[in-house]
Amino acid sequence: MDILPDPTTLVNEDSADGSIYSNPDLFDMEMDRIFMHNWIWVAHRSDLPESGNYITTFIGQHPVIVSRDRKGEVHVMLNRCRHRGATVCEHKKGKAASFVCPYHGWAYGLDGALRGVPFQEGYTGQLDKSNYPLISLRVEEYNGLIFASFDHDIMSLDAWLGRTKPWIDLFMKQGAGWPIKTMGEHKFTFPGNWKIQLENTTDAYHFPIVHKSFLDSVDSETQNTFDFVEGNGYVEDLGHGHSVMVMIPDLVDLDENLEAPIPERFQELADELAKDYPDEQVRRIVRAVGGSGFNLNLFPNLACSMAFFRVLRPLAVMETEIRHVAIGMDGGPELANEMRLRLHEHFQGPMGFGTPDDSEAWDRVQRGSLAGRDISILLNRGLGHEAQREDGNLFSDVSAETGMRAAYRQWLVDMTGKTVRAENGE
Amino acid sequence: MSITLNEAIEMITLEADMLDHGDFKEWLSLYTPNGIYVVPIDPDTEEFEKTLNYAYDNAEMREKRVERLLSGRAISAAPPAKTVRLQARYRMLESNAESCTLRCAQMLTELRQGRERYYSANVTFRLVRTDGVLKIDRKIVRLLTSTEALTAVSYIL
Repeated sequence: MDILPDPTTLVNEDSADGSIYSNPDLFDMEMDRIFMHNWIWVAHRSDLPESGNYITTFIGQHPVIVSRDRKGEVHVMLNRCRHRGATVCEHKKGKAASFVCPYHGWAYGLDGALRGVPFQEGYTGQLDKSNYPLISLRVEEYNGLIFASFDHDIMSLDAWLGRTKPWIDLFMKQGAGWPIKTMGEHKFTFPGNWKIQLENTTDAYHFPIVHKSFLDSVDSETQNTFDFVEGNGYVEDLGHGHSVMVMIPDLVDLDENLEAPIPERFQELADELAKDYPDEQVRRIVRAVGGSGFNLNLFPNLACSMAFFRVLRPLAVMETEIRHVAIGMDGGPELANEMRLRLHEHFQGPMGFGTPDDSEAWDRVQRGSLAGRDISILLNRGLGHEAQREDGNLFSDVSAETGMRAAYRQWLVDMTGKTVRAENGE
Repeated sequence: MSITLNEAIEMITLEADMLDHGDFKEWLSLYTPNGIYVVPIDPDTEEFEKTLNYAYDNAEMREKRVERLLSGRAISAAPPAKTVRLQARYRMLESNAESCTLRCAQMLTELRQGRERYYSANVTFRLVRTDGVLKIDRKIVRLLTSTEALTAVSYIL
């Protein structure tokens, strides 16, 4: 009989055992207890602008289809024919009226209903099509973010996101009055455990060390903006494993401080926009182009990270796929969106000036953490001066590991099977 | 006289050799001032400025990329990966006295920290003749796996 690892022995309030990155049994437990019993982000509303649009993606290791049916409703369904299990769609995205299994031709509607079975008389009345739709998951949406869950008993998405919602709303101000749309993505893998990446999203401490080369490549004004480790930013625990790291407090609310001087690197864009837009709107657009001053980490797989979505997908215990999804203004000025793309390319992705160095650091954590046994990973930075806000949120300085501690608290809740259920409320 | 296939191959082979041997500063001089080095994601697009790319480098960004490779301050490039690239299957798509467009296949092997990785690509060059010398005006590296997940590429494809 297999003996499962005991998660309670692996994670403490201020440290974790190094084996959390490399124990395959623990990984299997995570794929079940975390990725099948929480809300997992699958798409942004703009990925499915019209009826008939679909994308294929994954929830943990399960291939799924996200579709918008004729009535405009979004469905998330397992990408698995009910007959013999073949995937029914291998396109990354597209527009369709139905999904037809390539093996025996079973055809499913956009809502997953089984519509057609070739040569059905061969079942001599023993196949009731209404019993064999694609398996549908629970789907809910908040401010354009579409999440799904295998677990029909967990709390509502609204309750799960809870105190993160005002931050999501702030993040979406990057539309500068237009809706947010996705504009392509950088996708890459690194040879390491998914939690190494999860931790990184609220790790300001690494920025001036790992990203020296990025900082070398920008002007001094931008260098000052990114010089936040000893600044007045903070990290705050938002509950349910979620956290926010505010690096640049001036850029939390993009609708504020519009009178602030336009940074030099945006002046040319501002001059161009001034030909078509009034001054206040130019300022609003330019501020939006620069992105938000915070990273919002939504446990377990999404981050609203300054100016893009970071999506992680565990592939194996020591292999993780990361997507950096570019976003822009849907209907906004083309020039501004192009500048966003260039900024994204500059830092993000496998050939950016930032991501490869992050990836190197994560790779090194994975390899180094295999050394020895029973040696802790430290999670205690900023604990000594961590305090509580009136609403109960724990917070500490910007370089604190408060966000990681928040994630591991939820990890432990999930892994020990004590997922907070709807009936328990918050 | 139109630019010949041999002239064009000589030029891009020089570029490939420089990149594999770390002659990055010299590499910069192979481009025209308005030259673009682009590694697109979308296999069909020609409108690179309107779409997300892995790299979309004008002269300023190329210089920064070279600085990053040489500075020793980027942990993923300290030292940069070693690479060996082979180009073949050359085809001149069009050519005249001032410019030409050449397409070829490129197979690149990367070695870094004990790991070998491979990237295949179709590469299209637009070369222009200025003052009797061929320069690269556009290099488009269309990776076979551009829409798949890559790994960190801290070097120049």
